[in-house]
Amino acid sequence: MLRDAWLVARKDLRIEWRSRVTFSQVVPFAGLVLVLFGFALDANRPVLLQATSGLFWITVMFVSTLAVQRSTSIETTDGARRALLLAGIEPAAVFLGKTLAVAVQLLAVEVVLVAGVVVLYGADVEAWALVLATCLVATVGIAGAGTLLGALVAGVRARETVLPILLLPVLAPVLIGATRAFDDALGSVAVDGWSWLGLLAGFGVINVVLGALSYGVLLEET
Amino acid sequence: MVSIVSLQSVVALLGRFPALAGADLEVGEGEIVLVQGPNGAGKSTLLRVCAGLLRIESGRAEVLGHDLTTDRAAVRRSVGLLGHDTALYDDLTVEENLRFWAEASRVDVAAVPAALDRLGVADRIRDVAVRDLSAGQRRRTALAAVVVRRPRLWLLDEPHSGLDQSGRDLIDQVILDAAAAGATVMLASHELDRTLDLATRHLTVAGGTITADRRGGDGGDRPDTPQPGDDDAA
Repeated sequence: MLRDAWLVARKDLRIEWRSRVTFSQVVPFAGLVLVLFGFALDANRPVLLQATSGLFWITVMFVSTLAVQRSTSIETTDGARRALLLAGIEPAAVFLGKTLAVAVQLLAVEVVLVAGVVVLYGADVEAWALVLATCLVATVGIAGAGTLLGALVAGVRARETVLPILLLPVLAPVLIGATRAFDDALGSVAVDGWSWLGLLAGFGVINVVLGALSYGVLLEET
Repeated sequence: MVSIVSLQSVVALLGRFPALAGADLEVGEGEIVLVQGPNGAGKSTLLRVCAGLLRIESGRAEVLGHDLTTDRAAVRRSVGLLGHDTALYDDLTVEENLRFWAEASRVDVAAVPAALDRLGVADRIRDVAVRDLSAGQRRRTALAAVVVRRPRLWLLDEPHSGLDQSGRDLIDQVILDAAAAGATVMLASHELDRTLDLATRHLTVAGGTITADRRGGDGGDRPDTPQPGDDDAA
């Protein structure tokens, strides 16, 4: 299964590398959102610093809808979903591969976003290890939930608008947990960020297990 | 004769619509079966059912010895389907696409260049992204992906669509070679002038049922030649 998961992930990442959608469209979009948040808060540095964690993860949520839509459309545009079934790849492997590919793309965007909040908002990272761990764990949960819901809406008309409506509420626990963990890492609020990682890890495990178990049904029925 | 496809009173739904409404069919090894009929008759549905892609609601069905109600995964692994979609990734090159599908199907990737040669996909376009191919080149590449799998049952839906004359001739030869090697081919087509001569058996599908089933590839039973049983054929 891991061989097939890697095969799918490698294929998706190669497609991304060729199309440059993440770098030419998603990263600029993420940067734009950060800048607009800055305008909305009147470039008030104390307020921005206080809100940096939340703004960072809300931006990641927006970006995740784009990444998941892209990942879903790769398989639906020319009937590749059916071909994956015919090839005999375990649906769980398809899910894991696509989740891994989305996670890698999101992590790349998050690197740019971290630099963005440091430069634009003047954020001061006090605990890089916590930032890194939060990004890794939260991103797995986001990518897992996104890939699963992407498959769920794959056969739906106007899936581009349905996906965010379904995905953003599901990601609320990540938004809460990751924001709290970042608050600690950036020193903006006195909380124990590492304890919030437990919530994020639990969310990630649930989404990945649920996705691996149910992806086959979604591939068949949508 | 070894049974490759066996359908008994098979019903399959597209949504709530019975796209296949009680189909009975026995297909043996090495046959080339033309499935003809008007638009919406159920030709593509029949091929999708045989590929294990569409669940059957009632009836009994076996493909390549696997029960279609309990073991669809085994059926899928054993067939090669060329549908209306080409199942190619636009941003990958021709060769990358075929290598991916070969690896995904657990077929030796060393077979890829030979399959592309077989379908007349020129060397100069093998490193070209699929999005830059013409419709005919895409079709040839998609069929090459089927060739790589070396399936025992080929399911081809409008295989000549979008191809030039040489491409059509090439596809015919690929089909004949597959059958000569013992594979079974079922093809849905509206191009009767070409496929009636190619096929060893002609099915007419109308309203989700098989209304006529004739053997022989001599072209003597073209639609404009009245045949017994034509009254109920669409």
